[in-house]
Amino acid sequence: MTLSKKATCNSHGQDSSYFLGWQEYEKNPYDELTNPNGIIQMGLAENQLSFDLLESWLANNPDAASFKRNGESIFRELALFQDYHGLPSFKNAMVKFMSEIRGNKASFDPNKLVLTAGATSANETLMFCLAEPGDAFLLPTPYYPGFDRDLKWRTGVEIVPIQCTSSNGFRITELALESAYQLAQKRNLKVKGVLVTNPSNPLGITLTRHELNLLLNFVDEKGVHLISDEIYSGTVFNSPNFVSVMEILVNRNYVNMDLWNRVHIVYSLSKDLGLPGFRVGAIYSNDDLVVAAATKMSSFGLVSSQTQYLLSAMLSDEKFAKNYIVENRKRLKNRHAKLVRGLRKTGISCLESNAGLFCWVDMRHLLSSETFDAEMELWKKIVYEVGLNISPGSSCHCSEPGWFRVCFANMSEDTLELAIQRLKLFVNAISSNKNNINGVSQNYSSKSSRRKSISKWVFRLSFHDRERER
Amino acid sequence: MKMEVKNGDSQLLSKLATNNEHGENSPYFDGWKAYENNPFHPTKNPNGVIQMGLAENQLSLDLIEEWIKKNPRASICSPEGVNAFKDIAIFQDYHGLPEFRNAVANFMGKSRRGKVSFDPERIVMAGGATGANELLMFCLADPGDAFLIPTPYYPAFHRDLRWRTRVQLLPVVCESSNNFQITKKALEEAYENAQKANIKVKGLIITNPSNPLGTTMDRATLRTLVTFINDKQIHLVCDEIYAATVHSLDFVSISEVVQEMEDYCNRSLIHVVYSLSKDMGLPGFRVGIVYSYNDIVVNIGRKMSSFGLVSSQTQHLLASMLSDEEFVNEFLSESTKRLASRRGSFTKGLEQVGIRCLESNGGLFCWMDLRKLLKKPTFEDEMGLWSVIINDVKLNVSPGSSFHCHEPGWFRVCFANMDDETMVVALRRIRNFVEKGEDAEVITVKKQNKACQKTLSLSTSQICDENVTMTLSYSSPRVISPHSPIPHSPMVRART
Repeated sequence: MTLSKKATCNSHGQDSSYFLGWQEYEKNPYDELTNPNGIIQMGLAENQLSFDLLESWLANNPDAASFKRNGESIFRELALFQDYHGLPSFKNAMVKFMSEIRGNKASFDPNKLVLTAGATSANETLMFCLAEPGDAFLLPTPYYPGFDRDLKWRTGVEIVPIQCTSSNGFRITELALESAYQLAQKRNLKVKGVLVTNPSNPLGITLTRHELNLLLNFVDEKGVHLISDEIYSGTVFNSPNFVSVMEILVNRNYVNMDLWNRVHIVYSLSKDLGLPGFRVGAIYSNDDLVVAAATKMSSFGLVSSQTQYLLSAMLSDEKFAKNYIVENRKRLKNRHAKLVRGLRKTGISCLESNAGLFCWVDMRHLLSSETFDAEMELWKKIVYEVGLNISPGSSCHCSEPGWFRVCFANMSEDTLELAIQRLKLFVNAISSNKNNINGVSQNYSSKSSRRKSISKWVFRLSFHDRERER
Repeated sequence: MKMEVKNGDSQLLSKLATNNEHGENSPYFDGWKAYENNPFHPTKNPNGVIQMGLAENQLSLDLIEEWIKKNPRASICSPEGVNAFKDIAIFQDYHGLPEFRNAVANFMGKSRRGKVSFDPERIVMAGGATGANELLMFCLADPGDAFLIPTPYYPAFHRDLRWRTRVQLLPVVCESSNNFQITKKALEEAYENAQKANIKVKGLIITNPSNPLGTTMDRATLRTLVTFINDKQIHLVCDEIYAATVHSLDFVSISEVVQEMEDYCNRSLIHVVYSLSKDMGLPGFRVGIVYSYNDIVVNIGRKMSSFGLVSSQTQHLLASMLSDEEFVNEFLSESTKRLASRRGSFTKGLEQVGIRCLESNGGLFCWMDLRKLLKKPTFEDEMGLWSVIINDVKLNVSPGSSFHCHEPGWFRVCFANMDDETMVVALRRIRNFVEKGEDAEVITVKKQNKACQKTLSLSTSQICDENVTMTLSYSSPRVISPHSPIPHSPMVRART
């Protein structure tokens, strides 16, 4: 009796350090009252800042809460509704919401929207639709670790990195695009397209118009696809405003040209609305065939009708949706500023960012050497000694050691404050004990015994799998 | 390089996106079209086509609705339940809510005579049974491998098990001569044919209770199957999504047999697919479950479930509902009673006009024997008869060929997706049809839809191929898939 190769290989990618930090957090999670010395979760790109807005909407809209529409029960219809075209009212509300987020500079046709079980499913489905096993997609580094599973695992598609570096703020360059393409050729891989995340995870920056134009020129010339994963589009809290690839296509008069059909957007409500549990994802494509194929494939992961209905009611409330977007951005901006300030006071800088639920933090100066080993060493200290679960750049396939993704929107303000404090103490300890980088202040939890085990630390995760997250 | 677009240049897309292996371009589409163009309504359109091709359980939704009304805390949106909103909204752990897994395990046990208990730790979520079946294929078989499957079977398996997984399906032919029961002989024959053709068989998949037969397998048959797969060391996937449509005392789950045969069967080969879509009538909620006795499959399956997790809002609601022991007991008892009663009335009504159904005790449908209405026992005649039933009798039923049945003349008729009055109308129409003695040859098809007729006659010639040992060359219809390309829900129609 054997299982499939997919079941026995490692392409789900969940043995990486990214998931390891999770394991440690799970064993010793911070709690203000019950476990004040525990590990603070900063590896989770969740938006927990605006639930009160959602909750108050619910309080004012009892019908949506109880399967009713205009006072009449629609439970039965919802219970039976499994049409993969999705609830029309929900798709209409989604495209309006997407448009609102883009300052109404782009508009979307609900018939081109395909609902999926989260962006996880949307991305995989697009791979199944656009590529054969063994084909490749180019992705700028650093990128979301989960892509290794979502894009490659069951589809057999390969990822070839477009290397971005700190020398220019990790921006995508023409040279990097070409190099990646050449690398794929060398590896005998047929490139089917480029996938970018805009705003970027883990960088937290929006792609510039220049980058978007570069990308479009590139995929136009090569005759390949462009997927723009825009799940963080509603988290843009500072200028420059979010520019969607769709906007550029329209501005450059690409509507109904060849290229028009090769640009696809992935969306989700997990980050913008903070509802990852509800599994609401979407693919938007101008290509009818892609929409048709993806729609059929969505059968494998439809959105619960119960959830579609609730959210259609919520997002159709335009006043609420507009207000939510504005208020949410404001709160993210404040929180982001707090983290950046706090880190700066500790002598740690971040990549200047205007979006996302995290900062891309520069800790290169804290490395014992400019190597990924040193990065891991530093990371382990931060997890065990400082008690912060942050994500090392290597887990995001960053080409330079020393960068870390630190999330700021999944905790209370007090907890963030504490995290910054802990880091401050750690950095001070390092600088005051320059030659003794293993120095531990007594303000940390009694983890000195752990220090001994760190050197014996076995990296490979054994099977305690973690929550999905970005 | 701005060329005029050829919309959807298919060289740019994958083969998956452009092939027909999803099966939805089949000729049987027409049955749905006929219904969509002219749907029955008791007052607004009493002469319309009655939908009898949809295996939905609409008989006990009132019980569920009542429970929801009485338990506002189960909703994270109600004032009573909103304090859980935040925690549930952020919960995306692919282990699933523990209380959800416990509740589902409990429900599964109860609907299986209480003779087996299910371990919540083995419960893996999936996007409906559709997602669950595909997930298992990804775990158990590589592209090109095959699974044996008894005929007749659910048409959408063609997509669910094969499309993206590239797994093959090899039929194990079952015949009316023994009431379509699976025989060891048929199994061995199918297995040997595969060996001869150099096809690697990874397992056997069964649906129990059966769709479209509505029958349940007895213990002896299940033991035979377990012995067979154990001998060959191949997997056994049991799709038990209709488990609670049978009175619980009558249903023997594979889990019960696994328990009994513990000492001489490798239980790591056994996997169960479950769902709440049929038993509870909640297909919209997308609750699919993979229950595997294989630790690795549970582990890997769980990671794969990321592609189709159950909405946490739904998990929370159902966790609450299915942990209510009193409700579960009452629901199971009442639901099976209503189904049995409906099944009884319907089959009796058919008997009264001389139409026999395969004797069954489960499912949401009957397997109707219309062989004597065929002039010749051919699939061509079956299609002709079907065309009459749709266009003249105005019932959308599903012809046996769409289920890969090897004998023409059988039709699946659903009875649980309508109210009593509609069922009475359906029976009346059938009675009128039979009594008028129209047969497949003397068809004066009064067509409202010429296009429909054209396609139907095209499809007739397409399936003239009488070679019933086909596998993939047969463009068999899968329109009976609940995922009809045509939206049929009133909620969708409402927008036009």
